[in-house]
Amino acid sequence: MMPLTNWDWALDGWIIAAGSLCAVAAALLGNFLVLRRMSMLGDAISHAVLPGLAAAFFLSASRSSWPMFAGAVVVGILTALFTEWIRGIGKVDEGASMGVVFTSLFALGLVLIVQAADHVDLDPGCVLFGAIELTPLDTLSIGGQEIPRAVVMLTIVAAIDACFVILFFKELKISSFDPTLATTIGFNARLMHYLLMVLVAVTAVASFETVGNILVVAMFVVPPAAAYMLTDRLPRMIALSVILAVASAVLGHIGALTVPAWFGYQSTNTAGMMAVAAGALLMLAVAFGPRHGIIVKLFRRVVLSWSILAEDIVALLYRIDERGGVTRADYSNLRNMLRTKRISLLATLAWLRIQNEVALAGETYQLTAAGRTRAQGLVRSHRLWEEYLVAHVGVDANRIHQKAERLEHFTDSRLREQLSAETNAPQIDPHGRPIPEESKKWSRGESNP
Amino acid sequence: MNRAAVGIAAVILSFWISIIAVAATHPMAQSDSQGSITDRTVTWPTAEQWRRVLLLEDYNTRVVILSTTLLGGAAGMVGSFTLLRKRALMGDALSHATLPGIGLAFIAATVMGGNGKSLPILLLGATLTGLLGMGAILLIRNLTRLKEDAALGAVLSVFFGAGVALLGVIQQMTAGHAAGLEAFIYGKTASMGAMDAKLIFGAAVVCITMCILLFKELKLLCFDEGFAGSHGLPVVSLDVGLMALVVVVTIVGLQAVGLILMVALLVIPASAARFWTEKMWRMAIISAVIGAVGGMVGAGISALFSKLPSGAMIVLVCASIFLLSLIFGTARGVPLRLIRRLRLNRSVDRQHLLRSIYEVLESSNSLPTKGLSEPRPIPIGELLTRRSWSRGRLMREIRRAQRNNRVEVVDEGVLFTPRGREEASRLTRQHRLWELYLITHADIAPGQVDRDADAIEHVLEPKIIAELEALLATSVTDVPASPHTLSAIPSKTAL
Repeated sequence: MMPLTNWDWALDGWIIAAGSLCAVAAALLGNFLVLRRMSMLGDAISHAVLPGLAAAFFLSASRSSWPMFAGAVVVGILTALFTEWIRGIGKVDEGASMGVVFTSLFALGLVLIVQAADHVDLDPGCVLFGAIELTPLDTLSIGGQEIPRAVVMLTIVAAIDACFVILFFKELKISSFDPTLATTIGFNARLMHYLLMVLVAVTAVASFETVGNILVVAMFVVPPAAAYMLTDRLPRMIALSVILAVASAVLGHIGALTVPAWFGYQSTNTAGMMAVAAGALLMLAVAFGPRHGIIVKLFRRVVLSWSILAEDIVALLYRIDERGGVTRADYSNLRNMLRTKRISLLATLAWLRIQNEVALAGETYQLTAAGRTRAQGLVRSHRLWEEYLVAHVGVDANRIHQKAERLEHFTDSRLREQLSAETNAPQIDPHGRPIPEESKKWSRGESNP
Repeated sequence: MNRAAVGIAAVILSFWISIIAVAATHPMAQSDSQGSITDRTVTWPTAEQWRRVLLLEDYNTRVVILSTTLLGGAAGMVGSFTLLRKRALMGDALSHATLPGIGLAFIAATVMGGNGKSLPILLLGATLTGLLGMGAILLIRNLTRLKEDAALGAVLSVFFGAGVALLGVIQQMTAGHAAGLEAFIYGKTASMGAMDAKLIFGAAVVCITMCILLFKELKLLCFDEGFAGSHGLPVVSLDVGLMALVVVVTIVGLQAVGLILMVALLVIPASAARFWTEKMWRMAIISAVIGAVGGMVGAGISALFSKLPSGAMIVLVCASIFLLSLIFGTARGVPLRLIRRLRLNRSVDRQHLLRSIYEVLESSNSLPTKGLSEPRPIPIGELLTRRSWSRGRLMREIRRAQRNNRVEVVDEGVLFTPRGREEASRLTRQHRLWELYLITHADIAPGQVDRDADAIEHVLEPKIIAELEALLATSVTDVPASPHTLSAIPSKTAL
């Protein structure tokens, strides 16, 4: 990586501050949008406010920010309301009604803005992509300090959002997960919904005006989605989403300065790179989330299937021994009988040998003492289940093997004792094979509650 | 109903306000002495210009209008399937996902010394990242706990962010200038040439043909995926095929309306068509027609008024058609549905009134049997205890029933007409048959059945009545006795 040669805290510090504040404000609310399955609303609102900006600009015939802010917020709230009305009274699917509303409003905004195309401040490209790089240039003087206007504005918005989330945490939580319960408990779930909409609109517009549309749309969805992959608790999810939001702002800005340099260019759009950084973090969370990550889930499934295979192997070796070793327990026979993939069988056999449950004698595999104890427990479980299924459930004797084959892997010695008691401690199973004794070591180790 | 009315009013009002705002700004500009802001006049086209556009005399206008019409038709057709599949916003995410592809294709072509702005290369890049975005959405949705909306939002914003970052790099490239790539974001219909038109023509023909050939399969996919699968249809391939059609329409539409507004052509015509019909094939055709009209009129307006951007005008024309459909739609239009519901409410109220009168008469043993005894008028006060209605509502219902020749109002109270009596005994009979059915066959306590029967008595068909009669073995004419005590509403008597 190239060193950040042009790093200047007075510039880059403020850019990162503005980006982080916008990201935090959006991510705080975004948690509830993701949970309520309204993730697209941030996108819809931030496109739809365009006519609000334009109309306010025309009506006030000035480019002062307050009328434009107010106009945009009003249109933003109207977007949420129209979407809901068209869905409710027109019986149009929610996604479609959102699509109808925000594209129509955006088109209207474009028409209005093109009327003022000569005017620099209302350039659609500028409004949409944002000019976060320019934030340090537009400053306010507060207490003798020159602070960028964007930072002041976004601090206020982020503070409002944080207060809202903290004060109404319980109400937001219940109304997001179970609106009916919220209503029965006695607070107004609809009111919470509308308050959330208003704040989403305010946050979108404030960010829109200062750092651009892309950043805020991404931050409404991506950090909360990543946090959702990492935890099951709402407070933790909110905290994580804030951390991820700040991280993507910082990484995004660094990336905007350094990544193009690898290819010989100067720098690129910071807001775009912040969205990309957030996307990269989401990808990591989706892959490696501790409980819900794709790779972790895949790994867990493989481990489970191999541990079941290991149990099947020792039980099979036990049965081969029981029949007097007519079948040779070599690799190819095992593979034919277990009908499994080559790699799984090899890996599991290697693991069993490391565990010292199976030993290789020449070509054939044999159980060690430890392996035999484990196999005894498994075969005992299997046969007790068969007996139980025939005696108590009335399953046909031809069909019990499949069921017992599944159940044996989830049966411990206490359940075996119970099964044995229920079936009057049988000596042989329905197929006429002997049921092994409970191993001493195992029953001592596990039977104490 | 109140909220619905407010909603309609607000939608219409704001629509017109915005229209007026557009119109109002033009004369304002002339009086605007500052003049510094901008010249906002839209000059009214001359008769000559009208003639040239309407008769498609210019080659350029002809190409543009033909292309947008075809595009609108194809998008409307494909959109009607995605709408019913509840994937309306998928198009939004897909079109945003094309931007990084356009940027990458430009960079790759320029670095390799080719022409970065060659349309096929750019569209190839757009297709690749569009498909990548689609794959990411399907992966996130199918393999993780995140829902579809989060997948759409994440892919949309991240891909678009990447695209903007790439455009930021492109702006610094010395070789080949990037101006014109923004056309893909907002659309630039005016710069469309014969090549674009051919592309759109080809894509539209492919999409419409595919939709017609696979109509039955796609219809099954949209309405009942499980059923389609059980009939041996390749559900996954069909789904991917439908998404591929969306990608194709989106890519060729980028030039015309731009990637942000492309989703409008997929969503709005289909949503509008839904108000006019309950039949899938009709909806697909109507949606295609609305899309085509939107494309034609929008591009036409844009050709007449040079300051109105065509992409936005196409969307606004479609949105106006949507609004008209919402109001006048003959199958699901909002006023129509409100009227239907009002009618149903009235008939329910009338039936409740008639049954109440019947039950009052019955409980006082003064039912006229075969017209022998003199009917007794029921005082209003007594009826009032039967239902939780206000006096005003009761009186309104009585007046309505009187107008319909079901009851007569005399000094002492209300009397049945023969017709009213007949209807009342039929209704009471239906109500009680259902109650008896619930008690004997559904094991519901007699005290609980009244409300359940209340909900269904208004919609029982003769066929079901006949079945109930057969099940309960009752004679054809009798009104069975009520299985529970007929009392006034407790809360009312307590008052």
